[in-house]
Amino acid sequence: MKSKNFLLPLLGLALAAASPARTVELLNVSYDPTRELYADFNKAFGAYWKAKTGDTVVVKQSHGGYGKQARSVIDGLPADVVTLALAADIDALSANAKLIPPDWQKRLPQNSTPYTSTIVFLVRKGNPKGIKDWDDLAKPGVSVITPNPKTSGGARWNYLAAWAYAKHRQGGDAAAKKFINALYKNVPVLDSGARGSTTTFVQREIGDVAISWENEAFFVLKEFGSDHYEIVVPSLSILTEPPVTVVDKVVRKKGTAEVARAYLEYLYSEEGQDIVGRNFYRPRSPAAVAKYAKVFPQLELVTIDSEFGGWARAQQTHFADGGIFDEIYTKK
Amino acid sequence: MNPAVTFPQPSRRVLPGFGLSLGFTLTYLSIIVLIPLAAAFLKTAGMSWGEFVAAVASPRVLASYRLSFLASMAAGLVDVFFGLIVAWVLVRYSFPGRRIIDALVDLPFALPTAVAGIALTTIYAKHGWVGRWLEPHGIKVAFTEIGVFVALTFIGLPFVVRTLQPVLMELEPEIEEAAASLGASRWKTLTRVILPELTPALLTGFALAFARALGEYGSVVFISGNMPMRTEIVPLLIITKLEQYDYRGATAIAVVMLVASFLMLLLINLLQKWSRRYHRV
Repeated sequence: MKSKNFLLPLLGLALAAASPARTVELLNVSYDPTRELYADFNKAFGAYWKAKTGDTVVVKQSHGGYGKQARSVIDGLPADVVTLALAADIDALSANAKLIPPDWQKRLPQNSTPYTSTIVFLVRKGNPKGIKDWDDLAKPGVSVITPNPKTSGGARWNYLAAWAYAKHRQGGDAAAKKFINALYKNVPVLDSGARGSTTTFVQREIGDVAISWENEAFFVLKEFGSDHYEIVVPSLSILTEPPVTVVDKVVRKKGTAEVARAYLEYLYSEEGQDIVGRNFYRPRSPAAVAKYAKVFPQLELVTIDSEFGGWARAQQTHFADGGIFDEIYTKK
Repeated sequence: MNPAVTFPQPSRRVLPGFGLSLGFTLTYLSIIVLIPLAAAFLKTAGMSWGEFVAAVASPRVLASYRLSFLASMAAGLVDVFFGLIVAWVLVRYSFPGRRIIDALVDLPFALPTAVAGIALTTIYAKHGWVGRWLEPHGIKVAFTEIGVFVALTFIGLPFVVRTLQPVLMELEPEIEEAAASLGASRWKTLTRVILPELTPALLTGFALAFARALGEYGSVVFISGNMPMRTEIVPLLIITKLEQYDYRGATAIAVVMLVASFLMLLLINLLQKWSRRYHRV
C-alpha cells in the first residue's frame, strides 16, 4: 500500500513535533464537597507540571454522591485518579473490579489521605438551643439534620462520630447504641446526600443543628454568611480521612501513570497543602498546620481504624441491612 | 364497528410486510426492553431463595412497597379526576390563553424530575409559599407521605390529559345534544353517554400515570424526607442497596417491582378491553 508508506513517516513527524509540548488529560473522579478544592488545586498543578515538563495538563473533574462515583468507575468511567470520601468506596474498586491492588492505601503517605477533616455542628446564629456537645443533640425538642447513612458516605462519618462520643463519654457500646437511638429520633428528614442536608438546613430552615463535615460547614458560612450561622465544635469527634489513589488499570491503558502519580503527590507538597487549608480541609504538613492553626480548633479525634476496626467492620456492624442503624427504625 | 364489513382472511391485507414488521418489532423490543429486563432476572437467579426473600421482604422493604403502590395509585386516581376536567376544558372551550395552558400541561414531562422535587419541596416546606399556610393547621406535606403523593400527582397529570384529549375531540357535542333532546338529564348524559365513551382512555391514562409514579425517583427523594419505615419509596431502597454494592439485593427488589407492575398493567389492559366491549354493545 503506497499511501500507508507515505503516511507513516508523516505520522512520526507529527508525533515528534507534538511531543515537546503535549497536552495530557486527566480525569479526577471525586465526591461533592471537593469541587472548590480541586478547582483551585488543578490550576496550581497545571502551572507546576508545565514548568517541570512543558506539558499542559487538563484535569477534568467529576463530582457526585460518592457511592455513585465509585460505581461509575467500576462500571467503566475511565478515571485516572479517584479522590473519594471513604476508603470503603475505593476498596470497592479493588474488590469489585480489580482496578487497583488491595494494598492501595499503603502507596501514599498517611494512609493515602493528604487532607483530613472532622465532623462538627452547624447551628443558627446565636445558637438558640445552646448546643455545645454531642449530648445536646439527643435532648428532647432539638431537631437534628443529617443525611441518610445508607445512601450518604458523609452521613456514615456523622453517625460514627456520634457513636465514638457516647462510647467514650457515656460508657461503652451499650450507651452508644442508646445515644444513637435518641439522636436519630430527633432527625425529621434523612436526605439522600450531604449537600441535600445542607439545603434542608439552610434554605428550608428546618432543624436546630446540622451535623456536617467541617469543610462543608465553613463552606456554608462563606456562601450564606456568618451572620446567619455558627460552627460549634464538639469535645470529641472523628478524624475523617478521604483517601486518594491512582487507578492503575486506567492509567496503564491511557499512558498517564506518571502524571497521575505526580498529581496526587503534589497534594502533599507545600503548595498543595496550602490550597487544602485554604479550602477548609485540615492539612497534614506541619507548616500548613501551623499556618491554619487558628482556623481549625483542637479537639479530641478518634480514627476509624482504632475505634471501629476499619471501614469493612464498621459497615458490617452499623450500616449493612439489618445492622444497628436499621434497628433504630425497625425495632419498636 | 359493523361486523358485516370485516375482512375475514388475514392473508389478504392491503399492505404487505406482516412478517417483516413483526420480526422488526420483536427484535426492537428485545434489544430495548427485554434484554435489560432479562439481565435483572439473571442477576437474581444467582441468589438462593432464602437470600431473595431476605432482600425483598424485610420490614423496611415491605413498608416501601406499601407507600409506593398506595401513593402511586392515589396519585393516578386524582390525576384521572383532574385530568378529565383539564382535558374537557381544553377541548370543549375556547378562551384566551388556551394554547399556553395546553403547553403548560406538558411541563411535568419535560422538567428534570429533580427540579420538580426541589421546587415542590420549597413550596410545601415549613416556610414555603403553601407550606406556611398549611403548617399552622397541622397539615404537613413536605417530608411526609402526603409529599410523596403530591410529587407523584404532579408528574402523572400530563399522561391523563394527553390520552384523553384526542378521544374527547372525537366525541361530538351533537351526541350530548341528542341525549338532552331525548330527555336525558345532565347527570344522565354525563354518566350514560360521555363517561362510557371515555372509560378506555381514562383507564389508559390511569395506567400510564400509575406506572410512571411507581418508577419515579428524582422528584420524590427531595420531598419525602426518606425516613425508614415511613417515607421511603421502593426506588430509593434500590439505590440504597446499590450504595452498599449489593447489586443482587437491588435487582431482587427490582424484579419484584417488575413482576408486580407488569401484573397490574396487564390487569388494567384487560379491564380496558372489557370496558370497551361492554360499553360498545
